Amino acid sequence: MADQLINQVMWPLIYILCIVLPLVIAVAMFVYWERKVIGWMHVRMGPNKVGPGGVLQAFADVVKLLIKEVILPTKANRFLYFLAPLIGLVPALAAWAVIPFSGKMVLSNANAGILYLLAMTSMGVYGIIIAGWASNSRYALLGAMRSAAQVISYELAMGLCLVCVMVLAGSLNLSEIVNAQAGGKGLFDWFWLPLLPVFVIYFVSGVAETNRLPFDMAEGESEIVAGFHVEYSGSAFALFFLAEYANMILVSFLSAIFFLGGWLSPLQGWISADAPGWISWLGAGGFIWLFIKAFVMSFFFLWFRATFPRYRYDQIMRLGWKVFIPIAIAWVFVAGLLKYYDLVSIGVGA
Amino acid sequence: MNAVTRYLKSLMLAELVAGMGVTMRYMFKPKYTMRYPMEHIPKSNRFRGLHALRRYANGEERCIACKLCEAVCPALAITIDSAPRESDGQRRTTRYEIDLFKCIYCGFCEESCPVDSIVETSIHEYHFENRGENVVDKQKLLAIGDRFEQQIAADRAQDAPYR
Amino acid sequence: MNPQTLQIICFYAFSLVTVAAALSVITLKNTVHAVLALVLTFFSAACLWMLLDAEFLALALVVVYVGAVMVLFLFVVMMLDIDLEKMHEGFVKFLPVGVIVAIVMLVEMLGLIGVWAMHARDLGADPAAVAGMSNTAWLGQALYTKFLLPFEVAALVLTVGLVAAVALTLRERRGARYESASRQVRVDPRDRVRIVKMDAVRPTPAAADEGTAGESKP
Repeated sequence: MADQLINQVMWPLIYILCIVLPLVIAVAMFVYWERKVIGWMHVRMGPNKVGPGGVLQAFADVVKLLIKEVILPTKANRFLYFLAPLIGLVPALAAWAVIPFSGKMVLSNANAGILYLLAMTSMGVYGIIIAGWASNSRYALLGAMRSAAQVISYELAMGLCLVCVMVLAGSLNLSEIVNAQAGGKGLFDWFWLPLLPVFVIYFVSGVAETNRLPFDMAEGESEIVAGFHVEYSGSAFALFFLAEYANMILVSFLSAIFFLGGWLSPLQGWISADAPGWISWLGAGGFIWLFIKAFVMSFFFLWFRATFPRYRYDQIMRLGWKVFIPIAIAWVFVAGLLKYYDLVSIGVGA
Repeated sequence: MNAVTRYLKSLMLAELVAGMGVTMRYMFKPKYTMRYPMEHIPKSNRFRGLHALRRYANGEERCIACKLCEAVCPALAITIDSAPRESDGQRRTTRYEIDLFKCIYCGFCEESCPVDSIVETSIHEYHFENRGENVVDKQKLLAIGDRFEQQIAADRAQDAPYR
Repeated sequence: MNPQTLQIICFYAFSLVTVAAALSVITLKNTVHAVLALVLTFFSAACLWMLLDAEFLALALVVVYVGAVMVLFLFVVMMLDIDLEKMHEGFVKFLPVGVIVAIVMLVEMLGLIGVWAMHARDLGADPAAVAGMSNTAWLGQALYTKFLLPFEVAALVLTVGLVAAVALTLRERRGARYESASRQVRVDPRDRVRIVKMDAVRPTPAAADEGTAGESKP
């Protein structure tokens, strides 16, 4: 009995904590990194006062948010108002369950991993909608409507991109998808090469799905203030913030897994395993490669934010429905042909 | 540009990539940020900041209560009362107050003063902590003048050739 | 606790939530609450399917119904301006009709269940498990081989529905002002502004005389 309790409850809990706690820290550091990078791109310095080089700025902000009062607007729906941030956060954290950090490090090696991810990301929109409705504010409601329409539209494009990946890898399991990208041609064995347009579409849809600039229709200082979370303050707002950044990091990890070979080394196959010392380590896969790739992808989020002006709402819809979805559908056929005529080498994993 | 090249260019995201190149270039440029409390931008000697009342070298206050500054002040920020001084019967101010909330720092008071008594110093960082402190009285103005006399005199001397 | 008991406990917990949520869909006064209860119903139904190893169906239910359909539904309901008093006005008047319809439906359903119970068939082992494949893979295999025609027909029917919906609502609006994004994208600065390179020289006095005299003087 006690044995079972430890095996079935304790260890999974510890694993979950091992993913969620570093994730929360990563979110804090990512916020700091974002402000720093955008500062540099604006020829500013970014936060540099709290801690060495400003590293502790994000933690200072968290403490500030936590000790602030959470205000309930008049005539707001009390239950849903406080439920919304949680509903927004839970899918953002739950999606991490199926992420394979390396060949063996994965919390749940589910067979239908991609479907699970799609299900979780599509649940996230409820947090936004409920927050918008329960706040009893016009700005919040408008922000929620826009965001919901946008997220649903881009989810389609995202799903079609994933279909291409599934077709090539022949599996819905994330570990198998990464293994399918193994091979002897280094980074040219990964799916970004045969699926290049789809890779771009997937990542841009990911930016739109997380409501980040230049697709930040859910919030917009110029017309609907902060959008769906305009009425939230203190720790409730902090939860939305956490969910948004956790989603950004998630999309970065997913693009790395689906298109950039996950934990595989970019030098795979070029360096023989019996090369001396650290050189052979360069050729071997490991979670460090996944982190590097995800870091590069997450840098694009910040780069986009610093570079592009916001889209107008109808332009966003046009981009999603008239550009991304047709290209993605066309590439599903291309991927099918590539697979049928064996033009892409599909690895089987180590 | 014909339609095909235009279409291809937009498909290859040429303009977006060019824009990202610009931001990436700027990321490594030296930053313009002035770390304010530690660093200051150079200030002109004609800078018009906090007011002060000056004295002559022998300690006599310059102001003769002519009330020209009060008359010229466009914001009506200056209030002056005058009376003969008890010790020697000279015309002096009994009250000289500037409401810094009304003041627009135009410098007209300084321009109008025949004895260079009221001046605007180059002090630009000051604050009030209580209601009412925005009205600066004669004692305070004289104290400011005493404290920063060297700076004030140096600024005036530097500007003298152009007046 | 062995896995079997845990599964049964989970089953009853999920079914309880499903039934309770389904009941609150029709009893809750607030329409938005009712829609959210419906979302919960779908979600716990998906959990039930997951218990039955039907992972594809469960996740598809979440993706399609919870993630997309109910969001659009919520959209509509949030925009509605419902006067509850007015809604309750006809309640007593139509109650007999409602009760009769409900009773007829109940009898029909009971009859169906009775017929099913009499013809109780053994469904056999899980075909996916027999074939040694994951549930999703087996479903895909079956849909694209054995049931290809029905599957494609269903897809066609859905497409027809889609086209019909678009055809019904698509109409040219007179007098509406549109901004065509593709035309805006196609704009080239060179079509609008002509930049002329000129030398930075002072105009000669002769040329200046032609204009007003005052301008050219330094």
